[in-house]
Amino acid sequence: MTAVATGEPVATVPPARPQSAGRRRLINSVWGLVAWIVGIVFVFPVIWMVLTSFKQEQDAASNPPTWFFTPTLDQYSLVFDRNITPFLLNSLMASVFSTLLVVLLATPAAFALSLRPVEKWTDVLFFFISTKMLPIVAALLPIYLIVKSIGMLDNIWTMVILYTSMNLPLAVWMMRSFLLEVPREILEAGEVDGASLLTSIRKIILPIVSPGLAATALICFIFAWNEFFLAVNLTATNAGTAPIFLVGFISSEGLFLARLCAAATLLSLPVLIAGWVAQNKLVRGLSMGAVK
Amino acid sequence: MTDVITRVNRRAKPQVPPVRRNSKERWARRAPLLPALIFAIIVTQVPFVITLVISTLQWNALRPGQRHFVGVENYGAVLTDARLRAALLNTVLLTAGAVIFSIILGLVLAILLDRKFIGRSVVRTMLITPFLVMPMAASLLWKHAIFNPAYGLINGLIGGQTDWISDYPKSAVIATLVWQWTPFMMLILLAGLQSQSEEVLEAARVDGANVWQIFRKMTIPHLRQYLELGALLGSIYLVNTFDAVFAITQGGPGTATTNLPYEIYLTTFRKFEYGEAAAAGVVVVILTIIVATFALRVISSLFRMEESR
Repeated sequence: MTAVATGEPVATVPPARPQSAGRRRLINSVWGLVAWIVGIVFVFPVIWMVLTSFKQEQDAASNPPTWFFTPTLDQYSLVFDRNITPFLLNSLMASVFSTLLVVLLATPAAFALSLRPVEKWTDVLFFFISTKMLPIVAALLPIYLIVKSIGMLDNIWTMVILYTSMNLPLAVWMMRSFLLEVPREILEAGEVDGASLLTSIRKIILPIVSPGLAATALICFIFAWNEFFLAVNLTATNAGTAPIFLVGFISSEGLFLARLCAAATLLSLPVLIAGWVAQNKLVRGLSMGAVK
Repeated sequence: MTDVITRVNRRAKPQVPPVRRNSKERWARRAPLLPALIFAIIVTQVPFVITLVISTLQWNALRPGQRHFVGVENYGAVLTDARLRAALLNTVLLTAGAVIFSIILGLVLAILLDRKFIGRSVVRTMLITPFLVMPMAASLLWKHAIFNPAYGLINGLIGGQTDWISDYPKSAVIATLVWQWTPFMMLILLAGLQSQSEEVLEAARVDGANVWQIFRKMTIPHLRQYLELGALLGSIYLVNTFDAVFAITQGGPGTATTNLPYEIYLTTFRKFEYGEAAAAGVVVVILTIIVATFALRVISSLFRMEESR
């Protein structure tokens, strides 16, 4: 804490003694350099993961670490030989279908909580957020028993339903914050011109909120793709999702690090791409729309 | 649960005056909301009711014939069980450790990113990447590629044969969680820093306030609610930590890193003590409600700011 604070004075320009523009630029670029170094240190484990995935097992398990090597795709082909594809397809299905369902449920609900609010709309909003705050571990046993009794264990549609309920509050809050950005004047002008509700949704609201809709969908996709707790307890061989493929690596014997890194890279890639695309809206999603 | 929530947000009542409408119009307004609301109630509330019921039963799945009502006996067992008390303490330590360190680091990173420099957006992209890596993949990456005593990156760079996971199990789990959650804190705090009014800061500078005074007297108070929001949302997510414990330590050595989610998982699927697992689940819910009540207060204060804008 103090380190931060004492580091800061050098950073911003002290007002008492105005500095030359050149010195200010120098200070700025020094701090820019520091930010770059910190950024690279921070992302380094990911870089190391990707590098290791292109190594042979002997190079991956060497001490001291191997920095220079001939890259190989062997580990990736090994991972595909071990049948990673069904896990990827299951995750794709669970994430895409649950995201679609979330968007279909959350967008009208957010509309009824923002532009045309029902009575007690704050209570409803806080009900949604409270479901997100309840620890999933307390619901695991009944969910397991219900799913088992209706014969839906190890079924990808079970995961679709559960991921939908997991992401619904987040999507309602996020979509609401985007819908509130639709200027009232435009909506009212549309009504004066005799536009029906459907027309104003199609012609006015949707074009304005579609970037927000896309960001909401991407964030729901990320959470569904990465989910592990429900997946490990409710799926097995048929419906195992991407993180389940990694369970086998928890206590592997022998040389496996390069293969693990190849699998981890492959499984993380869809979410990395989704997150980089949605990064400007990420903070709004993570804070339920509370922070813009 | 709902009780607490409604009491909290009484204060955040809408400023919109209630307009009397006929019932047909009211239902037309409610219609778009109902599918989501009904779905949420069925999928999230019904299991909790069942948890409450199971928590009053003596029920071991290995002895299905002996299921019977025992009242609050399971709660007594849960609250006096040394394993569960250890799990509770571990949950607090792991959650608090991860939240505190990721907030401090996140604040440093947010301050670094709150100025213009070449490639700022590239650095930001690099910094959020750990948050996006699949938690299961990140946990295994840290376990094998970084902490491994024989070929891990730490021992590879600094030498020695330290077995980081066996010697410092809690710190190993916390380090992994901090790496994953610092970007989350950084994004929230950066949004807070950037929402400071530039004119007010400029005015303070003109009045002769130095950088340290501005940071302490203006930035920190302004950031307070963002710090609170980060801490509370972080706690709510991190209390549920399962992937990292499952992958890195399996709760061990002994019970050194067994947190409540992992302990309940063991009680349910290894010991098949359904009644006790359900009672432990209810205890976790009560603890979460306490944290969540504060979280909702912070969110509703941000919410009121937005309404009054």
